[in-house]
Amino acid sequence: MASRSAVAPPALQSSRIRWGELVIKGMLALCALVSVATTVGILIALLQPAIDFFREISVVDFLTGSEWAPLFEPGSFGVRPLVYGTLAVTFVAIAVAVPFGLGSAIYLSEYAHRRTRKVLKPTLEILAGIPTVVFGYFALVFVTPWLRDIGIQVDIFNALAAGLVMGVMLIPTVASLSEDAMQAVPDALRHGAYALGGNRVHVATRVVVPAALSGIVASFVLAISRAIGETMIVLIAAGQQPTLTLDPRRTVETMTAFIAATGNGDVPRGSIEYKTIFAVGLTLFVATYAMNIVATRLVRRFREVYE
Amino acid sequence: MKQIAFRGVLLLSLSVALVTLGTLLFTVFQDGWGQLDKTLITGVNSSDPHQAGARPAILATIEMGLLLLAFVVPIGVGTAIYLEEYANKERWYNRLLEINIMNLAAVPSIVYGILGLAFLVRGLGLGRVLLAGAMILTLLVLPTVVIASREALRAVPNSIRQGAYALGATRWQVVWRQVLPAALPGIATGSILALSRAIGETAPLIMIGALTYIAFDPTLLGPFTALPVQIYDWISQSDQDYTLRAAGGIIVLLGILLVLNRVAIFVRNRYQKRW
Amino acid sequence: MRPLVITLTAALTAVVLAGCGGSGGGGGGNGLSGLIEADGSSTVGPFTSAAAQRFKQEQSGVNVTVGISGTGGGFERFCRGETDLSDASRPIKDEERAICEKNGIAYSEFLVANDGIAVVANKQNDWVDCLTVAQLKRIWEPGSKVKSWQDVDPSFPDEQLKLFGPGTDSGTFDFFTDKIVGEEGASRTDYSATENDNVTVRGVSGEKGGLGYFGLSYFEDNRSQLKDLKVNGGGGCVAPTRETVQAGTYTPLSRPLFIYAKTSSFKRPEVEAFIRFIIDHEVEIADAARFVPLTAAQLKLAKQELRQAAG
Repeated sequence: MASRSAVAPPALQSSRIRWGELVIKGMLALCALVSVATTVGILIALLQPAIDFFREISVVDFLTGSEWAPLFEPGSFGVRPLVYGTLAVTFVAIAVAVPFGLGSAIYLSEYAHRRTRKVLKPTLEILAGIPTVVFGYFALVFVTPWLRDIGIQVDIFNALAAGLVMGVMLIPTVASLSEDAMQAVPDALRHGAYALGGNRVHVATRVVVPAALSGIVASFVLAISRAIGETMIVLIAAGQQPTLTLDPRRTVETMTAFIAATGNGDVPRGSIEYKTIFAVGLTLFVATYAMNIVATRLVRRFREVYE
Repeated sequence: MKQIAFRGVLLLSLSVALVTLGTLLFTVFQDGWGQLDKTLITGVNSSDPHQAGARPAILATIEMGLLLLAFVVPIGVGTAIYLEEYANKERWYNRLLEINIMNLAAVPSIVYGILGLAFLVRGLGLGRVLLAGAMILTLLVLPTVVIASREALRAVPNSIRQGAYALGATRWQVVWRQVLPAALPGIATGSILALSRAIGETAPLIMIGALTYIAFDPTLLGPFTALPVQIYDWISQSDQDYTLRAAGGIIVLLGILLVLNRVAIFVRNRYQKRW
Repeated sequence: MRPLVITLTAALTAVVLAGCGGSGGGGGGNGLSGLIEADGSSTVGPFTSAAAQRFKQEQSGVNVTVGISGTGGGFERFCRGETDLSDASRPIKDEERAICEKNGIAYSEFLVANDGIAVVANKQNDWVDCLTVAQLKRIWEPGSKVKSWQDVDPSFPDEQLKLFGPGTDSGTFDFFTDKIVGEEGASRTDYSATENDNVTVRGVSGEKGGLGYFGLSYFEDNRSQLKDLKVNGGGGCVAPTRETVQAGTYTPLSRPLFIYAKTSSFKRPEVEAFIRFIIDHEVEIADAARFVPLTAAQLKLAKQELRQAAG
């Protein structure tokens, strides 16, 4: 309800400070600072041992070397095979998650009955809840033999099976968030398009999707981030043999698999082998930061605001 | 003709996910259904796979799930509200905040484990307790909630806000009474996705001390385990009967997920609006 | 919105109150009570868990918890004083020992069971039955050029060798490389490594020409899918079985498993009772955990250590 102040003439700015508002703004900013604190914490946890690591192994060797075998005797510390492994798996995962996720979203939002949507959307979300361990085993035990059956020559551990399963796991992320974004597009836009003679395909692809683009692209970026950071599926199904290749049919090792395996293994803490975890972790962090800066700029450019 | 083809393509997309889900569930149920006995739910781990139970794990996972919701929804939505409704987008620090959150979504779960070990378990002196596990999971899925909530807030038509301001509402009143209820479905979706993921996580919990053998019920500040950790432990045993038991555990986990999700889905359905 | 917020807050309060129960240590009666924390190797974990389970039947007031942070992770915590017991699939390393000393943590080392490393091949590889240590070394050493079975022995067919094994962070890997190649960590890098031995089983059984290694129980539980290779450690070809490991004839791939106990923890009666229980019942526990019991000589050593630790 409109508050009635006594007699004061209309003014552009309130004549007294609303303390409540300031407090609320402060509390909300505090919430936002949690994420900042997390990043700072991660950086602190990663930087010190990583710096120690780079005192012994040169950064150049690390970034350009083509063999990753830090725990063997003698060790080699070129991180590129791990990076390639991550890229190979991520690429396959996104190639699955984006089209199928978006397609599912368009169907759910523009074509399905409300009742169907009420059932299908949560069903998809169950897919997101399956433990990643299960996905990993599924990739190894089902998908790899299936790939071989249909004639694709894959190694027993390979990036393709892991990527495919990871992609399916990410479909709910892309679909659910995109679909929410599309649902929020005002009906007025749709009706206007129909009134001008558009059919369902037109409305869906040329009106709704562009209007919801911000949310859709956000879901893509989230999916890519998740794909890069996923650990269990690749640990079980993609392999632990760092190979300098982008061919997804081969066995690879991703950065995350390496960190997980070494972090939970029998390597003595504090050794140079253990410090490799932090160096790899830092690389991952920096690389995704760069990617996200680019992505945020892109999103900002394409965002359409209605009203 | 194009209409039907397009619709067909969309249905195909949907079916990829559904078929995979179906296959997965079928395999899990095939192995696991026979394992659903009283011992699995009320007993503790054992060296005999047929007697192995997961009660401490089940209780811990439920507790962590609820704690997670309690932590991540206020903090995540609060962050989103700050970024969307209060922050001046031109300021560099707010832009940095945005990028920061996107970045945190890509950090591997194991790094959150390292973070938790260094700062929560050792730094704050919490020790290897359930609360620390819940806090780590919160940080892990916070980006998902923030990103989803932001999009939900953005999608609320501005006319709603303008109308409320015109009637003399303060910024917070606009947010709390108009924008937030309108954005609730999207926020609920983000929370569902976040909860789902967190409940299935293994690696960071092992790193901060989730156990594989614990014979008593976990408490907030005591030693703990989690259902996915127990499942992972069982799957890793050489005795194949443990793998079957793990399938039973997975069914229980999915059951817990369904129940926790139901709440959020209910919220979403009730508040879903079409403008 | 209001009713929703109220319901959720209520639910949460209920959870927190329920969770704020007492500490983990069970109460009284006239037996012992307390909490014993063990962490370390994921190989030895099941042994300690089996022991804990049986011990609980005797002393229901004592709670034992077991973690699997890995042998290295276990020692890190142990040498900070965070745990009472450390499970290990290898002896403590010098650098770890130094940290314990620096932090003033004294400990006792107990041998608790034996395990064998089985070398296995794909069931279809019927040309090979036994490999010598020298042959294994040539296959697994760093920079090895052995690509086909024929390179191993000219009488074998020219079938591509597909290698599987544990990851470099595993105690099994450390042990195998130490005994076969002669130096811990020294191995060729182009094989399919995996965290999880069940996955190695899959790998070897799924690839013709497959060859791999892991703990004995993984072979025993998957016997129908794998072919075990006898190992000739200088005294003839010996198959990996419980009997040969215990008799000591399966060399060099028999390894002892350890539990390290913090001396200050030992002063607590429940800890001493637990260790004593383990040593008294080691055959039964090893059996339940799919390991091989101690040899007579090892048992004597363990009892001696116990006497010393008990003071």
